[in-house]
Amino acid sequence: MTKLARDGRPLPMPNPTTQPFFDAARDRTLKLQRCPRGGVFFYPRNRCPCCLADDWEWENLSGKATVYSFTVDRMGHDSNLADRVPYVVAAVELAEGPRMTTNIVGCAPEDVKVGMPVEVSYEDVDDVTLINFRPV
Amino acid sequence: MGKRAAAIVALSEWAPQRRWDTPMFSMEASAQLAAETLADGEFEKDEIDGLVMSPIPESPMFGPSALAEYLGVQSNFNEVVDLGGATPAGMIWRAAAAIEVGICENVLVLCPSVPAPRRVQSAGAAPRGRARLSAYLGGDSWGSPQGQFEIPYGLVAATPSFAMIASRYCELYGVEPETLAKIAVQQRYNALANPKAINRDKPITIDDVMNSRMIADPLKLLELVMPCFGGSAVLVTSAERAKRAPHRPVFLSGYGEHLTHKSVTYMPDFIDTPIRMAADRAFKMSGASREAIDMASIYDCYTITVLLTIEDAGFCKKGQGGAFIEEHDLRYHGDWPLNTHGGQLGMGQAGLSGGMSHVTEAVLQLQGRADGRQVKKADLAYVNGTGGMMAEQVALILEGA
Ligand SMILES: [Zn+2]
Repeated sequence: MTKLARDGRPLPMPNPTTQPFFDAARDRTLKLQRCPRGGVFFYPRNRCPCCLADDWEWENLSGKATVYSFTVDRMGHDSNLADRVPYVVAAVELAEGPRMTTNIVGCAPEDVKVGMPVEVSYEDVDDVTLINFRPV
Repeated sequence: MGKRAAAIVALSEWAPQRRWDTPMFSMEASAQLAAETLADGEFEKDEIDGLVMSPIPESPMFGPSALAEYLGVQSNFNEVVDLGGATPAGMIWRAAAAIEVGICENVLVLCPSVPAPRRVQSAGAAPRGRARLSAYLGGDSWGSPQGQFEIPYGLVAATPSFAMIASRYCELYGVEPETLAKIAVQQRYNALANPKAINRDKPITIDDVMNSRMIADPLKLLELVMPCFGGSAVLVTSAERAKRAPHRPVFLSGYGEHLTHKSVTYMPDFIDTPIRMAADRAFKMSGASREAIDMASIYDCYTITVLLTIEDAGFCKKGQGGAFIEEHDLRYHGDWPLNTHGGQLGMGQAGLSGGMSHVTEAVLQLQGRADGRQVKKADLAYVNGTGGMMAEQVALILEGA
């Protein structure tokens, strides 16, 4: 679920299952669940999508990733983000395996490339923390 | 030789419109489409014993009973399909399978996509007479992963997702933007011969596509569908009943469906789509070879969708889609007729009815009813439906009797 930030952008509304992920982000840590069989998965779930078991444990990750793919949104497909165009929407592949949706920040949109190494970059907005990535 | 248990024998299709001048409820549109389809196939209303629909606003719950009551139909098979753009293709095989197992014989498949009349009492909530979709597509519901992990980063609507797929494909296989543009140009040529196409009088060139506005890199305006209103319906019946229908029966000889993800980010591989599994199953079931296909009717929300479908449905090897498009003439009189109605890129995307246009066009071609754009030899068609973010995939093999 989303709520609108004071500046008008949509923000995540954590729930009991996902709250530890958002709490860690606020403390500048990228934390996900690791299943002893399937490895690290994203997004947080009550059971592992590899085997549906619940013996996963939270783990602090490296924050390293590569750009799997991206686009530059020139239109603001979300009208709540229209005043931010152009912005880079990306899927990054974490060093530990899973993919995340994110924004690439800290460089011009023209400088983003598929396969580019990036690292996590936190952005506090109101009472939640967004997880962006920036070039290494 | 594949399945020959059920055939499409009749249809109705409304010309897509950017603005819809005569607002009506989905149930009203369904009644009108049903009457037109029954007339096309010379069926009596009381022969109908199966209904397949998508969710309708007037009855978000209990949809089939609402529709059966409204149409005055007593029905043995009642199905709501929710597969995004793949819904119509998914509806067709469900109807055929239900007929094959013998639970019903004559199934109406309904895809109304029209704006409801204005509410007289509530001045504030007047619906606009213009095609609009919420960019969040319901993904912002409480508890939805999309609302927490996709929407805040701008991964909304569909274009950014398909743009990311195109981005990775073009990076790995070096396909030129002009090659993607050719898909839009040749489909537009086909649309010029379709009186129902929204772009029937607007030819375009490769340069027009290349010079159109960049929307989400690398996708440009003329590579995107135009949302419209419209509606369509088809009648699926048993092989036995099909013999007494006025038009050539079109058998569903093979079908397949596959699904792996909702958000594009979690697609197992951006450039190896669920189409492969769906198409492999459909071809295997039908016994038809890829080379024998006379025409392809491929879901085309974007140009990249067509290129990936050509590859993953097995018409060429992975990475060869660009070369395939350059080598073939995709026009209705060409050597590889593709989306002879103009596709949704040329005809307009009338909600779910846009997906149905790929089915209705294949049926019209196989029945020899495609008028000014008739494919010379049309006995075997490949039809494909794509839903969501390259997520829901349905493949159909249609064969003329
Ligand atoms: Zn597991």
